[in-house]
Amino acid sequence: MINSLFSLFVFPGLFFVIFASLAFEYADRKIHARMQNRKGPPWFQPLADMIKLLAKDSLVPEHADRTLFKLMPIVALAAATASIMYIPLWRSSALYAFDGDLIVVFYLLTIPTMSLFLAGWSSTSLYSLIGAVRSLTQLFAYEVPFFIGLLGPCILADTWSLSGVAEYYTKTPAMMLVNVIGFAVSLTALLGKLEKVPFDIPEAETEIVAGPLTEYSGWALALFRLTLDVELFVGASLLAAVFLPFGFGLPAWAAFVVYLIRLLMVVALITLLRTLFARLRLEQMVNFCWKYLAPAALLQLVVNLCVKMFLK
Amino acid sequence: MITIGKMLRQVLSSLARKPATTRYPFEKAVMPPKFRGRLKFYPEKCIGCKICMRDCPSGAIEIRKVAEKQFESEIRLDRCIYCAQCVDSCPKKALDITPEFELAQLDRKNLVMVTKPDPSAISAKPQATTEKPA
Amino acid sequence: MNRIKIPIGPQHPALKEPENFQLVLEGEKIYEAGMRLGYNHRGMEKACEQRTYLQDIYLLERVCGICSHSHSTCFVQAVEELAGLQVPPRGLYIRTLIGELERIHSHLLWLGVAGHEVGFDTLLMYSWRDREIVMDLLCEISGNRVNYAMNTIGGVRRDLTPAQLENISKSIDALEERTKYYIQVATEEATLIARLSKVGFLSNADALKLGAAGPTGRACGVDRDVRRDDPYAAYADMEFKVVVDNHCDVYGRTLVRLGELMETYSIIRQVLKKIPEGPIAVKAPRKIPAGEVFSRYEAPRGEDVHYVQSNGTEKPERVKVRAPTLANLSSVAKMLEDNYLADAPIVIAAIDPCFSCTDRALAIKDARKGALGVMEWGDLRKYGIEWHRRNGIDFSDLNKRFSKFMERCRI
Repeated sequence: MINSLFSLFVFPGLFFVIFASLAFEYADRKIHARMQNRKGPPWFQPLADMIKLLAKDSLVPEHADRTLFKLMPIVALAAATASIMYIPLWRSSALYAFDGDLIVVFYLLTIPTMSLFLAGWSSTSLYSLIGAVRSLTQLFAYEVPFFIGLLGPCILADTWSLSGVAEYYTKTPAMMLVNVIGFAVSLTALLGKLEKVPFDIPEAETEIVAGPLTEYSGWALALFRLTLDVELFVGASLLAAVFLPFGFGLPAWAAFVVYLIRLLMVVALITLLRTLFARLRLEQMVNFCWKYLAPAALLQLVVNLCVKMFLK
Repeated sequence: MITIGKMLRQVLSSLARKPATTRYPFEKAVMPPKFRGRLKFYPEKCIGCKICMRDCPSGAIEIRKVAEKQFESEIRLDRCIYCAQCVDSCPKKALDITPEFELAQLDRKNLVMVTKPDPSAISAKPQATTEKPA
Repeated sequence: MNRIKIPIGPQHPALKEPENFQLVLEGEKIYEAGMRLGYNHRGMEKACEQRTYLQDIYLLERVCGICSHSHSTCFVQAVEELAGLQVPPRGLYIRTLIGELERIHSHLLWLGVAGHEVGFDTLLMYSWRDREIVMDLLCEISGNRVNYAMNTIGGVRRDLTPAQLENISKSIDALEERTKYYIQVATEEATLIARLSKVGFLSNADALKLGAAGPTGRACGVDRDVRRDDPYAAYADMEFKVVVDNHCDVYGRTLVRLGELMETYSIIRQVLKKIPEGPIAVKAPRKIPAGEVFSRYEAPRGEDVHYVQSNGTEKPERVKVRAPTLANLSSVAKMLEDNYLADAPIVIAAIDPCFSCTDRALAIKDARKGALGVMEWGDLRKYGIEWHRRNGIDFSDLNKRFSKFMERCRI
């Protein structure tokens, strides 16, 4: 009982996720800055930002729906953090693994986007309305390639559980190389989910101020910003678990270090992609996702099915 | 030839290079010698013609007579636009510019710089301005 | 689908200066665009009438931070024409050099701002890092990074040493390498081209009808450049091409500005080679004879026009400044139609707006009657003083200080 409470709330539960997300936000911002030939923020910057926001006044617009406005950040943070229970981190079995937890993780990761939409909608400000509608439109574009990209390795491993995937690839590590296309597709779709350039259309600073988060301030904004960081951490863990599943069998501390290295690899790739590109327009993004990303994901699926049949 | 990620090589090589940021205020910014910073008044050269007062675009300098052939200047650092027109207009070269630009003060009264013609000690407010952190 | 009216400005992260654009949107498409100017009106033209010509140089320099030398030179050319002064050739060459260095500064700044408006922050950081080379160079030559104050009536104030000329030459070489790289990025990076192409279309006929000036017009095929058509300063001795493009969209404007940067490097090299020895200024009288004159200058944003009327005293009778952005703003309303909301910031940024330059005149709209009118200066002043007195603010103390300042200038 104490054990499960500890692992749910402290390690690798709530506290660990929050502090690890802040640490990876720092890594992302520092690498981004160094790539732009700048110095970058000090290590305590994300924590300082959170503390500063928590200390500020939280204003609710006059015509906004107060309950929905204040509830959305909490729902988003809860959903994003809860998905860590089903992702294998540095052991090949997650905290509460069961068959079909891939779907649950995927569903839990969709909830923050929905709450962003509802948050923007309930703010009733012009900029938030446009941002909310854009974030929903973007959801339609990247969801399908993301899921199909993640499904490929699972089909090869013959299981619907993420922990099952980790175990399969620990037994046959060579099969990791088959999933390269799926990795590229999922990484690009993850950029859309995390709303990072080139897909940061809902939060386009120079067009609609701050998108759905325009009217947020104080603790509500702090929780939303934390949700975006937790999504980065959880999304990177998910990708590391499905596409880079090595180092599970090592002793505890070594597996943890390898896990951090895997996470850093995925986060560094995300940062690189975010530095290289300009922001796309909404219809350009939807076109790109449906014309190139979804067929690539389907291609990966077909390749995996062929390999599976070949192995039988 | 249209590519994606054209800046890849540049971006990756920046990771290895020293950042272009100047770590001010820990690294001091040095200005070139003829930078138009704070003015300096030489009371021994001033003849009291007040051409500098006439030409100043913002009325920042005032010359007052304290004794026979002795003049003091009051320069308002908050009104000065650091154009150095007074330096060019002065027929006796009694005004000069220094490269000093860190002139911020907490109290507006401290931005008034009076230079008296006492040869032993120039009791100018510049003494007060050295109180700010170096 | 119903239409919403969304305001861009006066405070908006996309705008560097306050300006109001009211966009009527249908979904993501802009159906109609309206504009309101005047947020940066500072009463500079009136202030010029109460200061001497020498003081006005510094006042007009501060009309804009990026085209400060353009305004200062344009005014000084006008006054020299009125007074019948002949600036010595070395002074003219130094003026040209500073003008071209300012053009480099302005175009690199624009490149960064355009990158930021489309979300390409990396381009912003790199181009502004390279802009520091030009800023440091100008600081060494003129004593300040912006507002160079190099002009005086009759010539320039500071001379260039051979060491400085050598430094300019080396910096230009470094900048040319970087500009070639940016031209490659602008013509080859897929996401950037996707954002800039086919955006903000303005046909050649529309550009001529609406009076688009500078790179905005030259990207639509309008082949006009004051440096070639009506040479001033030392441009008559320089050989350069005028960069004209036919894309008619934001991409074309990017190419025109980058092409102009390459031409500027060539002009600066010619200046450094041909600069003659000699004096840098002639002595100018304090009282300028009566007359009126019209002066033109090719600022980085387009054609800058100053009109100066003198009455024989040491203060001008009337100074009128028409900045290039005012000419380009009517084209913006036309360009914004039929584009997406996402393109509005880059379309506005593509004319390189400088609203500090623009806000010179106001149209008075009576909120109750809804009619447009014109108020005389005296009536406007009385109206303002009365309004403030009714709200408890009295200007008599400020007026006393101002008359003391005027007294001092009349010694």
